[in-house]
Amino acid sequence: MTDISSDIVQSIVAAKRELPGALLPILHDIQHALGYLPGEVVPLIAKQLNLSRAEVHGVITYYHHFRQTPPGSHVVHVCCAEACQANGSEALAAHARERLKDSDLTLEPVYCLGLCSIGPAVQIDETTLHARVTPEKFDALIGALGERS
Amino acid sequence: MSITVYVPGDSAALALGADEVVAALTAEATKLGSGFRIVRNGSRGLFWLEPLVEVVTDHGRIAYGPVTAADIPGLFAANFLTGGNHPLHLGNIEVFPYLARQQRVTLRRTGVIDPRSLGDYQAHGGGKGLDLARNLAPADIVRMVTDSGLRGRGGAAFPTGIKWKTVLDASTTQKYIVCNADEGDSGTFSDRMQMEGDPCCLFEGMAIAGLAAGANKGYIYVRSEYPHAIATLNAALEAAGDWLGEFRIEVRKAAGAYVCGEETAMLESIEGKRGIVRSKPPLPAISGLFGQPTVINNVITFASVPDILAQGASFYREMGVGRSRGTLPFQLAGNIKYGGLVEVPFGLTLRELLYDFGGGSRSGRPLRAVQVGGPLGAYLPESQFDTVLDYEAFAAVGAVLGHGGIVAFDDTVDMAKQARYAMKFCALESCGKCTPCRIGSTRGVEIIDRISAGQIDQIELLRDLCDTMTHGSMCAMGSMTPYPVLSSLNHFPEDFQ
Ligand SMILES: Cc1cc2nc3c(=O)[nH]c(=O)nc-3n(C[C@H](O)[C@H](O)[C@H](O)COP(=O)(O)O)c2cc1C
Ligand code: SF4
Ligand code: FES
Repeated sequence: MTDISSDIVQSIVAAKRELPGALLPILHDIQHALGYLPGEVVPLIAKQLNLSRAEVHGVITYYHHFRQTPPGSHVVHVCCAEACQANGSEALAAHARERLKDSDLTLEPVYCLGLCSIGPAVQIDETTLHARVTPEKFDALIGALGERS
Repeated sequence: MSITVYVPGDSAALALGADEVVAALTAEATKLGSGFRIVRNGSRGLFWLEPLVEVVTDHGRIAYGPVTAADIPGLFAANFLTGGNHPLHLGNIEVFPYLARQQRVTLRRTGVIDPRSLGDYQAHGGGKGLDLARNLAPADIVRMVTDSGLRGRGGAAFPTGIKWKTVLDASTTQKYIVCNADEGDSGTFSDRMQMEGDPCCLFEGMAIAGLAAGANKGYIYVRSEYPHAIATLNAALEAAGDWLGEFRIEVRKAAGAYVCGEETAMLESIEGKRGIVRSKPPLPAISGLFGQPTVINNVITFASVPDILAQGASFYREMGVGRSRGTLPFQLAGNIKYGGLVEVPFGLTLRELLYDFGGGSRSGRPLRAVQVGGPLGAYLPESQFDTVLDYEAFAAVGAVLGHGGIVAFDDTVDMAKQARYAMKFCALESCGKCTPCRIGSTRGVEIIDRISAGQIDQIELLRDLCDTMTHGSMCAMGSMTPYPVLSSLNHFPEDFQ
């Protein structure tokens, strides 16, 4: 962790530590700021919240949302839950794995985005959503990402 | 008077290009020197028509859809700002059959108002329930909720009034109201639509619960997969200022664990711990968040309360069948032509929803299996499509209504695969506290793989395993995973040959 990241983490912890049940809000803020939760944050948070390192580590590893390593340039979530399965998400997920195999994008499954009438659903970088995604549409979306970066 | 144009800011509309439509509208307007106000409403839940653009005219809100950015110049040329004719013209949306045949109560403002405006909420009848509750004794509020017949909409259908009474009767100074907005079930999005389309109604329901139970602090636990809902909730809370009086609401973001929708795992998570299910007793109503008495309800449960106060318990109770009173916002999902939100009183049949509203499959092939009630719900075959949408009628055929999610599959579905997925999902999401669920789910995947490889004699073992999971698991994650598995096996045995 760089000095700058360490400052960011310190100020996030300082801002939220008094909240009841502060750990998740703190982890969310750090991940939002740094993209992931570097191992070095564990002792730091543990000390500030008066928890053991094992408790903090245990929370980070329990939840699918938290990541311990930096993600690729973009995170691509393909919905793999039942309603999207009914609309062909399995084929889409297979296509996505193949398409992103050697790319610097991170591909992860997600289990429902609340777009179950218009699947298969895809989410790119948390806030961008796409519906009725065919393999062709998927390639276009990924192509557009490349142009931007 | 300036013209108002509505373009939904709901996640589904965004996924279908609503922001691009807004950008095109603004650009074209600048070019033509045309002025109007754009409001980002929620969605009415007619997803095959999203983005659904509405213009306020003397003849009601005239809708166009599904609109893409490319349609915008043509819409201006057709004078859509005065409701002009165009191939996408749908007429007055309020009388559009899919909506007109519903009985929107809880979500009646969703898709209609600006979700971030308290003024708009109040102009559409919001706030009256809380005003009334402020002049009632807590016991009288609880009685109204009990008399309405409202049962929890999160899945278990427990009578809401009884839960509230337990918290009211607990004698401590600190109590909590917690809204379960984890909505993890595939095929469900009514909580999301309510939060993105009419969040003030949820706040009002929670504040009424606070008055009834004697709590001044509320939490909304929202899944991390719903960033837009979180943003809308926070913006609406900010805009609501001190409307709720003493009652304070805080939004907490979950972190992608399905089992944290289970109420005690959710409490652990809000407390900053791993979301492991707690053993009961004690009930959360006695010892819940931070060990204090806590009312926990689903988004739709809370959002149903303001109307019960404002219009009376009997108004709500008069709708429905049997012990299922009021309305349920059903969600038509999966392989369905007209997917969306259908809020109706209990009592229609599944078939009516699937065909009269849903129009059959999206693919055009016959519907073969329908999963109702999320990943822990049973798959129903065609022969059960006439089951009445009522908690008890579903229980009688070994199924559940749950949170009202309905996921349709056509005849290309492989039910052994769906059964395997149910076990796999349980293995992935199990909190790990008890063995039948933690280990049983993994064994279940392996057994189904062996059956699919031709070892038919393993079917008996699968049934045994399901029996152990049903009776030996601590919570519904493990005890209900057998619903999708056994219903697949019982109704579609040919897929396991
Ligand atoms: C594995 C599991 C997941 C659940 N997920 C949710 C959920 O996402 N939302 C919800 O409201 N209830 C969920 N529940 C039900 C809750 O435990 C609880 O019954 C509900 O929040 C109570 O509110 P209600 O009475 O208003 O329905 C889940 C239960 C289990 C066992
Ligand atoms: S049934 Fe599964 S999810 Fe529920 S307590 Fe047991 S291990 Fe945890
Ligand atoms: S199942 Fe894919 S969005 Fe709900």
